[in-house]
Amino acid sequence: MLNKDTHLNPHIFSDDIERAPTRDGFGRGAVEAGKENENVVVVCADLADSTRAQWFKDEFPKRYIEIGVAEQNLATVASGLSAVGKIPFITSYAAFNPGRNYEQIRTTIALNNRPVKVCGMHAGVSVGPDGATHQMLEDIGLMRMLPHMVVVVPADAEEARKATFEASKNDRPTYLRFGREKTPTMTTAETPFEIGKAYYMWSDPNKTPDATIIGIGSLLYGALEAAHTLSKEGIAVDVINSHTVKPLDVETIVEAGKRSGAIVTVEEHQAHGGFGSLVAETMATHHPLPIEMVAVQDKFGQSGSPEELLKHYQLDKDAIVSAVRKVVKRK
Amino acid sequence: MATYLSEEKIKTLEKKARDIRETIIRMLVSAGSGHTAGPLGMTDVFTTLYFHTLNHNPENPDWKDRDRLVLSNGHIVPVQYATMAHAGYFPIEECLTLRKFSSRLQGHPEREKLPGLETTSGPLGSGLSQASGMAYGAKMDGKKFRVYCLMSDAEQQAGNIWEAAMFAGANKLGNLIGIIDRNNIQINGMTEDIMPLEPLRKKYEAFGWHIIDVDGHNMEEIADACEKARAIYEKPTLIIAHTIPGKGIPEIEFDFTWHGKPPNSKEAEAFIKDIRSMRGAVSCGDTD
Ligand SMILES: Cc1ncc(C[n+]2csc(CCOP(=O)(O)OP(=O)(O)O)c2C)c(N)n1
Ligand SMILES: [Mg+2]
Repeated sequence: MLNKDTHLNPHIFSDDIERAPTRDGFGRGAVEAGKENENVVVVCADLADSTRAQWFKDEFPKRYIEIGVAEQNLATVASGLSAVGKIPFITSYAAFNPGRNYEQIRTTIALNNRPVKVCGMHAGVSVGPDGATHQMLEDIGLMRMLPHMVVVVPADAEEARKATFEASKNDRPTYLRFGREKTPTMTTAETPFEIGKAYYMWSDPNKTPDATIIGIGSLLYGALEAAHTLSKEGIAVDVINSHTVKPLDVETIVEAGKRSGAIVTVEEHQAHGGFGSLVAETMATHHPLPIEMVAVQDKFGQSGSPEELLKHYQLDKDAIVSAVRKVVKRK
Repeated sequence: MATYLSEEKIKTLEKKARDIRETIIRMLVSAGSGHTAGPLGMTDVFTTLYFHTLNHNPENPDWKDRDRLVLSNGHIVPVQYATMAHAGYFPIEECLTLRKFSSRLQGHPEREKLPGLETTSGPLGSGLSQASGMAYGAKMDGKKFRVYCLMSDAEQQAGNIWEAAMFAGANKLGNLIGIIDRNNIQINGMTEDIMPLEPLRKKYEAFGWHIIDVDGHNMEEIADACEKARAIYEKPTLIIAHTIPGKGIPEIEFDFTWHGKPPNSKEAEAFIKDIRSMRGAVSCGDTD
């Protein structure tokens, strides 16, 4: 059942649940951060509307910087800005930021340890018809490998707002990942959010879980639906939102693994090198156990509607249900 | 082999361009997403290339000695798909699968999906380097084919372009022809307001290129420029094609907000009427 302590949206399973893209949360969070701290600036590479950088520009036109179609410059100019006290949020599609400008981020932001906030929009296959070139599935891997880098993948627009605001205050190089499509708003303003702290969305205090689903991003909605369906069949699962990929909340995750003895990871990203790999690395050292990864299996994306693609790449609720059944059998 | 264009041939090509524009509108409506301004603006260039200038064979797209057409600004690929279909690469009906699940016509061109595409693009700024590599390799092997690289104007803001421009100039890649869609728009507004490109001609000249400015809706000028480039042996040639984004549909011409959205079916009806009434409207600034 839904974890009462986290004040999730009470209408979570209703058909008319509110939906918003996580990039909207970025737009609102950036404006809030801008009000709180005048050093916050937003840097844009010719995608003001679709990244929601425009919302910040409307509020603080003097603190909005336009770079043009030049993502390498986007990252390196931001490094310079941060060197003189600014807190830059650099915005583009994840395919280009950090896809195009990886080395610039690595050396001038991560190695330099500058508090630049790399904002990758339109991540995952759910971008839909644009096709493989625009469907970034390797960004979490790229970013989580970098020392110093903090990596956060918000689950919905509300969490995206909080993550953006919190990132403006953490004084660290930070990667924030956002999606294009409208997805269900699962959390509320009351849901606690702290970078580095995973939390239970779904758990039955009276039952030992048969498996734990640990997910990131908007696919957590499918995870909750899967938990709901499985509970009716007598299979008890916990669902954990591990929005912070790095630093991973090792304590919460290892503890959860020990309780259930089996883990399913969920992410809209390659299985190789992504969040599931990270959980596997972690459990292999702390408490080896069966793991199934709901993730893209070494394939590029393609054109299609978001729903078609989530089904095709086995990232939807049905895929999560099968992964749970499979991992429970492996125990 | 391409030569100069006869009056009669121009008439045929203009008719083709109208058909291609109509196909573009139909495919965008069917897709429900995609780019309108760039494809319509570049239709006359694509028509001239595929129906006059290029040495190619739709029945044998992998022919080793074909001219290479590298599309760097992949978002305008609807014009390439439509032109290829009209040139016989695949059935025109297939155009309506644009951007749909399991289609060969991906939202941005994917080389492995459709024969006749030289590369995968969409992420801007990397076409000119690939085209330079092809041109360099062709020279190494004494091959006669030519490499055409189509680019947008806003992607001239990307550093990779200038790395390529330097390489091509330094290596005197006379078999390389860059064509820029100089339509002055990008997503956030007009290029000169976002990140100015001018003087574009002088910049490329400084990198060792030969420059030809053309009216991108005048097929004779486009064909002539490609022909002239063949005679420039010591330098790569850049054709700056001055185009009107959304060309053929007066209500959207020059409007940057049409960069990345498709018409709905009602708009499309009106647009197709506009296109059908485009007769001899080929000169820049002429909005019919
Ligand atoms: C590397 C990269 N950054 C950003 C984008 C997103 N994007 C697509 S088109 C475009 C610019 C549009 O201007 P232009 O290239 O001149 O095309 P036009 O609208 O004139 O067709 C941008 C920024 C991209 N495709 N690739
Ligand atoms: Mg342009």
